[in-house]
Amino acid sequence: MSFYDTYLQYKNFDFKIFFQSITENKIKNILAKERINQLDFLTLLSEKASGFLEDMALKSHNLTISNFGKTILLFIPIYISDYCSNSCLYCGFSSKNKIKRRHLDYDQIKTEAEKIAETGIKHILLLTGDAPKIATIDYIKNSVKILKKYFTGIGIEIYALTQEEYDILIQKGVDSLSIYQETYNEKLYQKLHPVGHKKDYHFRLNAPERACMAKIRSVNIGALLGLDEWQKDAFFTGLHADYLQNKYMDAEVSVSLPRIRPHAGNFKVSHPVDDKKFIQIMTAFRIFMPRAGIAVSTREAPEFRNNIIKLGVTKMSAGSNTSVGGYALNNTDTKQFDISDTRSVKEMEKAITKLDYQPVFKDWQTL
Amino acid sequence: MEEILEIGGEKIDSRLFIGTGKYPSDKLIPEIIEASGAQVITVALRRVDFNAITQNVMQFIPKNIKLLPNTSGARNYEEAVRIARLAKAAGCGNRIKIEVISDNKYLLPDGHQTVKATEILAKEGFIVMPYINPDLIIAKQLVSAGAASVMPLGAPIGTNMGLKTKEMIKILIEEIPLPIIVDAGIGKPSDACEAMELGADACLVNTAIAASDNPVLMAKSFSEAISAGRKAYLAGFAAQQKAAKASSPLTGFLYE
Repeated sequence: MSFYDTYLQYKNFDFKIFFQSITENKIKNILAKERINQLDFLTLLSEKASGFLEDMALKSHNLTISNFGKTILLFIPIYISDYCSNSCLYCGFSSKNKIKRRHLDYDQIKTEAEKIAETGIKHILLLTGDAPKIATIDYIKNSVKILKKYFTGIGIEIYALTQEEYDILIQKGVDSLSIYQETYNEKLYQKLHPVGHKKDYHFRLNAPERACMAKIRSVNIGALLGLDEWQKDAFFTGLHADYLQNKYMDAEVSVSLPRIRPHAGNFKVSHPVDDKKFIQIMTAFRIFMPRAGIAVSTREAPEFRNNIIKLGVTKMSAGSNTSVGGYALNNTDTKQFDISDTRSVKEMEKAITKLDYQPVFKDWQTL
Repeated sequence: MEEILEIGGEKIDSRLFIGTGKYPSDKLIPEIIEASGAQVITVALRRVDFNAITQNVMQFIPKNIKLLPNTSGARNYEEAVRIARLAKAAGCGNRIKIEVISDNKYLLPDGHQTVKATEILAKEGFIVMPYINPDLIIAKQLVSAGAASVMPLGAPIGTNMGLKTKEMIKILIEEIPLPIIVDAGIGKPSDACEAMELGADACLVNTAIAASDNPVLMAKSFSEAISAGRKAYLAGFAAQQKAAKASSPLTGFLYE
């Protein structure tokens, strides 16, 4: 039994008919409930529910405050290698894009880490491209060892691993995993990931579960919004998070809601998610999973990020640079995607405080 | 006339314990301490950065306040023990509030793992204050393990639902020879007052104060409610009567 079985239950579900059957009364009843079920969650993603956005936002706001308080955990990404054997149609690091590739050595990682640590951030997210022969497990393991000296929380956003490989990295101090299915639509997934390690839909889908089996502290999942019909991918993201939380109760489950950003290559977004839809997804998810984390990156614009702080988000990246060696080594020529919120950590800290929220720099330490 | 609470040989003047989480700013903490009159404040070690170059919760806790580090984030007894030792090594003192939570959906404590952690830490000389579901069997095991108090939840943490576990807490108050501190779920000062009227020795309140629109005023209100509830408990309640008492309908025949 894996999440794929849940996916199959809804694979041929007639979303169109379901959405047509939704009444305003139904939505009001759902918003009055203490806990909602899977189909209630889907109902809140419907076109009709978009007329209840303020009510959803209020409920999401209240649930978030009682579960997390007025706090936002800050984290920062460090890109250490952007070689990639995949050619994901939507990604700036795709092997088809003729860009200058970089792979930091350990001294360079240390230099970058020192620079990042100056911001006071304690939670770091280590990223590599999908090239297991270059960014090997050993390389990642040694990089974690370096980062541990500067940071108290270490996340990874790398290619999908086996349970044994996750276990190795967890033993070295990795406490969280971010891995995105990109799209849950199996057919579309095959089309978007034509070659490479990432081509295997099932291996990717079950990666967060393997990390949970290896006793990772937290998992962060998501879909790249804009690839498929947003309601479907948002729904499956929620179901996947719910599946993991129910099966691995000791793991902290969170979701990210990344929207496609401009990058090298010329991928056309077929299902754009505007701000209104983004907020509908975020608040519906919060109502569905009141205790789960919600992460929002610097892909989003500063003003929009300020506005959503009160609506359910619990973690934000800040002062990010998506180039390999972008902090201290001044490499800024190749980015995975263009950052929209370019504010420094200090500026983010100020913005959060101004909204009467508390920026949290440390929320865990490796034991 | 309120007698003094004693936990692990330490005298504590205030029966309201407070937390440090969920505040919009740590800068509020000194004001909260003052308004609440609290002497004990719990801090999640996971949030404390002793080498922080940024703001740090510890800067806002006055020296005369008793620090109660907690093991928030521990998923099993080993992690709880490690966090407790780290807290001690960092100079946070000898007290530790054990929180072992292996359920991230409702954040309910794991009684079995809590007992194991208590056993180890009590032997090491800690004043151990475990957070549990109000389960009599677990509470008795904690007594044997050397706990200094028992901290049962009133409702799932952060829910502000009040004393949903009231009957179970009453059993603990009756059966457990250690201070009972109601922790988690208390939403309103009247909930805390009720817990004290039942005979609880203290209450720990965090979310209800931190998430209020006016945390300082709410802290003051909790302090008064707890004091009122304790006084009422000490005074003793007059017996409740559902209806005016009739002559003896059941034993009247004895006197006919």
